[in-house]
Amino acid sequence: MTTDPVISAKNLSLTFQTNDGPVHALQDINLDINKGDFVSFIGPSGCGKTTFLRVMADLEKPTAGEITVNGVSAEEARKARAYGYVFQHAGLYPWRTIGGNIRLPLEIMGADKATQDQSVQEVLELVHLEGFENKFPWQLSGGMQQRASIARALAFHADILLMDEPFGALDEIVRDHLNEQLLELWARTNKTIGFVTHSIPEAVYLSTKIVVMSPRPGRTADVTESTLPKERPLDIRDSEEFIKIAHRVRDGLRAGHEDDA
Amino acid sequence: MRGFWYRIGPVITVVIAIFVLWYAGAVALNSAWAYDKAKRAGVELTTSELIADTMSQKKPKLPPPHQVGAEIWKTTGDMVLRGKAFSKRSLLYHSWITLSSTLLGFVLGTALGIGLAVGIVYNRTMDMSIMPWVIASQTIPILAIAPMIIVVLNAIGISGLLPKAVISMYLSFFPVVVGMVKGLRSPDHMQLDQMKTWNANGNQEFWKLRLPSSMPYLFTSLKVAMAASLVGAIVGELPTGAVAGLGARLLGGSYYGQTIQIWSALLTAAALAAALVGIIGWIQTRVLKRMGMAQ
Repeated sequence: MTTDPVISAKNLSLTFQTNDGPVHALQDINLDINKGDFVSFIGPSGCGKTTFLRVMADLEKPTAGEITVNGVSAEEARKARAYGYVFQHAGLYPWRTIGGNIRLPLEIMGADKATQDQSVQEVLELVHLEGFENKFPWQLSGGMQQRASIARALAFHADILLMDEPFGALDEIVRDHLNEQLLELWARTNKTIGFVTHSIPEAVYLSTKIVVMSPRPGRTADVTESTLPKERPLDIRDSEEFIKIAHRVRDGLRAGHEDDA
Repeated sequence: MRGFWYRIGPVITVVIAIFVLWYAGAVALNSAWAYDKAKRAGVELTTSELIADTMSQKKPKLPPPHQVGAEIWKTTGDMVLRGKAFSKRSLLYHSWITLSSTLLGFVLGTALGIGLAVGIVYNRTMDMSIMPWVIASQTIPILAIAPMIIVVLNAIGISGLLPKAVISMYLSFFPVVVGMVKGLRSPDHMQLDQMKTWNANGNQEFWKLRLPSSMPYLFTSLKVAMAASLVGAIVGELPTGAVAGLGARLLGGSYYGQTIQIWSALLTAAALAAALVGIIGWIQTRVLKRMGMAQ
């Protein structure tokens, strides 16, 4: 790797002051994410995986250490609209159509009407929601709503996509389907993706790099570079290699959990 | 057809119950006067004579529904038929007087309420300083402050519609402030974070997220505000010397013991309030359905 990392964390720590004393949400995190990486963060609840993603997005400020996104501070990167963020819930505005929802960030960013229309068509096609532009969110299933929310995060062509358990609230079958589509989307757009999940198969299936995190204090317990090929049909999950990586991730999770087993 | 009765049945049952109680109350309350009259005339009353008397007194303690109904008809529909719809004895005329100051007060109160709510949500100092006063303003009895407002505004040369509207505004801004503060704060953390990821400014956050999110709260507040505004208009008519308006009819009626007139003004005011609140409810259903926010 000769290019500079897209996201780089050095000795990153974040401590929340609460009434019950300080909570060390993140401690001494060191991590580089390179262009085109698909990085999953996995770990039990309270391990700081979401907090870490939020630090990258400048939704939380670290209390120590450094984070750079595209070579600048997280705040500058946010103001430059360097990333699209997908939350666990689609959070579409019920009073806007699907097209209107996708248009929303573009309106905020002051894009002209023609650019908006073009972007909406482009991203709707990317998430396979062509023809749903004029439907309202309540007319769509949960999985389709989440796809629309991904389309919205893609609408302004940021190179980084941060996703916080985007499929956590969906059932297994829909989830498999969306995972497949996400890989296809990633291959087509070559985005750098940060993905928080608590599912081992999902993390292994999607990622080029799996970061296992452990709680109290939140830290990286293990980083696994995936050896799976970029082309991944669903049945790759039955391959020996897949199972081997999943094993290593599971071991990493268990190691981080030893003290409170 | 079953659906119709399913919806209407309970309402009719309650209406019938009210009428039964009302008639029973009228007989009970008016019988003392009937006995009194009979005693002075030296006659004994049979039960049917007693009931007939309680149903047709000139100044009953509690006028029965048909007397009130007849009075309302006499001062509304009948006057329209005789081409005197807006004479000073017409309830339509008095209703219109009250309605106009109700609506003006409602508009002023809504504007003031939304303005204050925006200030309170966006400005910490206003949140700390204004909110306690908003609440304190409603603890003062409106009957005590209404004459003051009329007198003060009269002293600076403002009379007629506006002073009454001010009293309506005084009552109606409160529910709007409380509802809109809650409504403008109703977007959750995720939605606000999302706005932050797009680097939206305060203006965009307000117009694209906070204001649309507050609509269900706004309409609920407007219903309460409309009813309060009508009360304010009626109260505002009392200290002006009972010249015109439903409040004037109430006060005039009580001066001369015209209970039938009081009750007909009361019922007209209630019907007016119900109609106004109903109109807002109708708009609410339309708007929220259109916005995908109907409950």
